[in-house]
Amino acid sequence: MAGIANMRLFRIRGGVHPEDHKRLSAEQDIENLPMPTLLHIPLQQHIGVPAEPLVRRGQVVRKGQILARSQGMISAPVHAPTSGRIMGVGGYPAHHSSGLLVRTITLRPDGYDEWDDDCEGVAEPFALSPEEIAQQVAEAGIVGMGGATFPSAVKLNLHKRYRLDTLVINGAECEPYLTCDDRLMRERPENVRDGVLLMARALGVKQILFAIENNKPEAQSAMIKAVEGYPELQVVGLPTRYPMGSEKHLVQTLIGKETPARGLTADIGVVVHNIATAAAVNDALRHGRPLLSRVVTVSGGAIRQPRNLHVLIGTPLDDLVKYCGGFYDQPARLISGGPMMGQPVPSLRVPVVKGSNGLLALSEEEVQSREQMPCIRCASCVKACPCGLFPLSMAAHIRAGSLEASVELGLLDCIACGSCSYVCPSHIPLVQYFNYAKGELAARQRTQHKQRETKRLAEARTARMEAIKKAKREAMAKRKKEMAEKKARETAAQEATAAASSTDKQPKEEAQA
Amino acid sequence: MSDEPLVAGPYAHERSSIGRTMGLVMLALLPATALSLYQFGWPAILLFLLTITSALLAESGSLYLMGKPQKPFLLDGSALLTGWLLAMTLPPWAPWWIGVLGGLIAIVIGKQVFGGIGQNLFNPAMVARVALLISFPLQMTLFTTPVPLFSPQAPGLLESFHIIFGRSPMYDAMSSATPLGHIKTELSRGITVDQAMGGADSIDQLLLGTASGSLGEISALLILVGGLLLIWKRVISWHIPVAMLGTLALLATIFHLLDPLHYSGPLFHLLSGGAMLGAFFIATDLVTSPVSSRGQLVFGAGCGALVYIIRTFAGYPEGVAFAVLLMNACTPLIDHYLRPRIYGRDRRGEPLSYTDSGEEA
Amino acid sequence: MLSAVIIISLLGIGMGILLGFAARYFAVEGNPLEAEIEEMLPGSQCGQCGFPGCGPAATAVANGEAPITLCPPGGKALAESLASKLGVSVDLSDMEDSVPRIAHIHEHLCIGCTKCFKRCPTDAILGSSKQIHAVFADACTGCEKCFDECPTECIEMRPIQPTLQTWYWPMPEKAA
Repeated sequence: MAGIANMRLFRIRGGVHPEDHKRLSAEQDIENLPMPTLLHIPLQQHIGVPAEPLVRRGQVVRKGQILARSQGMISAPVHAPTSGRIMGVGGYPAHHSSGLLVRTITLRPDGYDEWDDDCEGVAEPFALSPEEIAQQVAEAGIVGMGGATFPSAVKLNLHKRYRLDTLVINGAECEPYLTCDDRLMRERPENVRDGVLLMARALGVKQILFAIENNKPEAQSAMIKAVEGYPELQVVGLPTRYPMGSEKHLVQTLIGKETPARGLTADIGVVVHNIATAAAVNDALRHGRPLLSRVVTVSGGAIRQPRNLHVLIGTPLDDLVKYCGGFYDQPARLISGGPMMGQPVPSLRVPVVKGSNGLLALSEEEVQSREQMPCIRCASCVKACPCGLFPLSMAAHIRAGSLEASVELGLLDCIACGSCSYVCPSHIPLVQYFNYAKGELAARQRTQHKQRETKRLAEARTARMEAIKKAKREAMAKRKKEMAEKKARETAAQEATAAASSTDKQPKEEAQA
Repeated sequence: MSDEPLVAGPYAHERSSIGRTMGLVMLALLPATALSLYQFGWPAILLFLLTITSALLAESGSLYLMGKPQKPFLLDGSALLTGWLLAMTLPPWAPWWIGVLGGLIAIVIGKQVFGGIGQNLFNPAMVARVALLISFPLQMTLFTTPVPLFSPQAPGLLESFHIIFGRSPMYDAMSSATPLGHIKTELSRGITVDQAMGGADSIDQLLLGTASGSLGEISALLILVGGLLLIWKRVISWHIPVAMLGTLALLATIFHLLDPLHYSGPLFHLLSGGAMLGAFFIATDLVTSPVSSRGQLVFGAGCGALVYIIRTFAGYPEGVAFAVLLMNACTPLIDHYLRPRIYGRDRRGEPLSYTDSGEEA
Repeated sequence: MLSAVIIISLLGIGMGILLGFAARYFAVEGNPLEAEIEEMLPGSQCGQCGFPGCGPAATAVANGEAPITLCPPGGKALAESLASKLGVSVDLSDMEDSVPRIAHIHEHLCIGCTKCFKRCPTDAILGSSKQIHAVFADACTGCEKCFDECPTECIEMRPIQPTLQTWYWPMPEKAA
């Protein structure tokens, strides 16, 4: 039996080694969550333009039926996770730390879970052409399920613009507590493998690497067994280090090349996809099922029974918490995702979306929040930063208001992994400074764009007013001219009649002349 | 959950804090300090305590004047550590007001005036030491031979108060020069190094801690042990100590090979004076040393070179304090120019580009 | 003594000649700075800075008579770019984070008098006589000219609300 591929791995700079707390849920099999009473499906669960609804209130839909269609290139459609009746399309709290509303379709399941007739699989998915595979992936609404939620079909079409040779499957799952990818690899490795083969066909690559961190030995063995007989598929063991799951650092570890700044991994011939995305691709092509559900890890010190749950998109988080036995105490933090890059959840009403891989209820000792102290320039953050940046100087510049200086130090290359804040002895919220600065810079760009537009509009208006005035002047001049001509004609006519009356006396003279 | 203020991630943290860092440094200093205090007896202990108390009081007073909360800053251990390091560089039997004044200068002028912890440009302990050295050269250069704590000639507690707080004939009777001071004086009298060394303490005495000097100059071995502890615990990195001691040893070797009669050898330079203490505890001060690894190497090398130059060619027998202060002044410049390379960019800051064959352009 | 006097005099004459040349050949015509600053200002001639339009405001800033924080629609972004253009440092922490506002017409109060849209410098109001007017939010700069004009006071200046696309984390609180 083949083992871990004997590949030379490269080192990444920096990084941290948080305690992974995975044993809380690593041994829990994936369980199906019972059907919730209401589903709230947001129209924006992906990077790009929100989907446009095709259904209206009162309509009855079937499982897998399309609810909203994608808008443009960077977008994804949304499908009904189960059969039922549409209760409304409107604002609902988003799965986002701001607590703002997002346009959401509310569906009441009827309990029958009937599939739509259109959802039919293809008997021979490998007979499809790469374009057709990408097309079906797009129609199934599949997005990156590691949390980035970038529309996967766009990534599958990258081979048209870039020379690609490797597909890397990201099974690192470097965030503490999360075990959903781990369980997926252990329980359904063939699904993952088939999805990966389809993606490789769509991309046209010959080399496929499954990258799995070494703290998941059972997942590694399961995948090794599943890829037996497929020489182009190799399982690679990664050193356990955060942020090994970051696309750019994963690729650097495997092939030793750094992704150019402001570029994609495709620039160096590699495309990275998540394990769960691969399983979803298999579902979509072989069984015709759009992306309707996903595995979510519910964990943390404050939750009674940490579990890995298979839930429908749109299930309110409250249902997951209740199924896991509720909280011991009011949790100190409620987070969507992992503790390093996860976002606070505004309330338990918000639904599970395509990118939610975890729900963590953390207790006070796990969070270890302490009072913020001034920076002592210990440079732990510089040592920990995997991107070679200067977090302490960047934060100092941002505090002083000079955002341009922090950009020069590399603010826009920051991947917001949180390693710097993790090690800071003064407990300074470095990542919040950087996120604030990035947002502020984007806001200023928008303002500048608005200024240019305002200028353009103001100039257009001035030009319009000038044109109106000019037209008026010309019209006046024209009128004057006409009036003058008319007057001249009148006077000429008068003279003519005057002349005519006086010519009675002079016809003999004229006849003689 | 939604009415609580929004707190950003990450929501996990290493078990690190300012207090823990300072605590580890103090732990590393403990063996050397304990030996030195034992060697010099009660007067040294009294001076040590006075200096630390003065530093803490100065910190408390400054915080009050600045309107900052007392508890977090006093308990983070930084003032305590500054006072401790300063005490390690004072003559062990110096008068009480040297210690008190030193603590005041270190905290108020060396640290708080710049804006508090993390804002100072110069190492506070060194600022105080240099200020005292220049203002009170007599008291700051009067050293005694070690008189271990429970030995017959050692002054008792009461007599120690007399020594520290007043004039006592015992002080003058016990005075002797440090090895570095001795060498310098002899060289200026025309006596060569090897002859002077025979009269001064030998290398063994330097290692074991029976030579004369300030508290931090006594046992180079224990300081080394403490320094290695700090490196192992990742409080400091190896770059500054290695660069500083390496440069010092290199220069000493070169000159010693050129003229053994007038230049001391590398081992002597490494073990005498404040070279060890400076390399592991003073030059590596987190706030005032550069942040990047390359910058730290340059900083350490500069310190080592300056220490050798001042010791050999300048007027003072010991140059660690001056060397560290001069290099502290260069730290912002070093930090500005020597930055790590950003991922995905080359050294100039441009995005990487790969040629068609896949090699880096 | 004499030689010293001669040398110093020659030096003085020499440098004076050099300065004269420089003043003639390197002289700058007019003040191009003004035009560049005017380019940077929004150009909507709203008058919130106190000057009658962006041109006079640019002149004042170029001459140093007006502070670079004078333009509310420009906000901190404009102040920072003006600071880097003029080579001065500016403390932006005092500058009010005035939230940008957009005009909104309450339709039940609008009488269709057309006074507002005639005043709007960016043509952001749609309407005509006796018809209810409406504001194009994208084009509105919040200059408040329509707000001042409206006889029924049906225009309300509303702060722009953040959306999911525009929201970002606030600055963390300062340490102790």
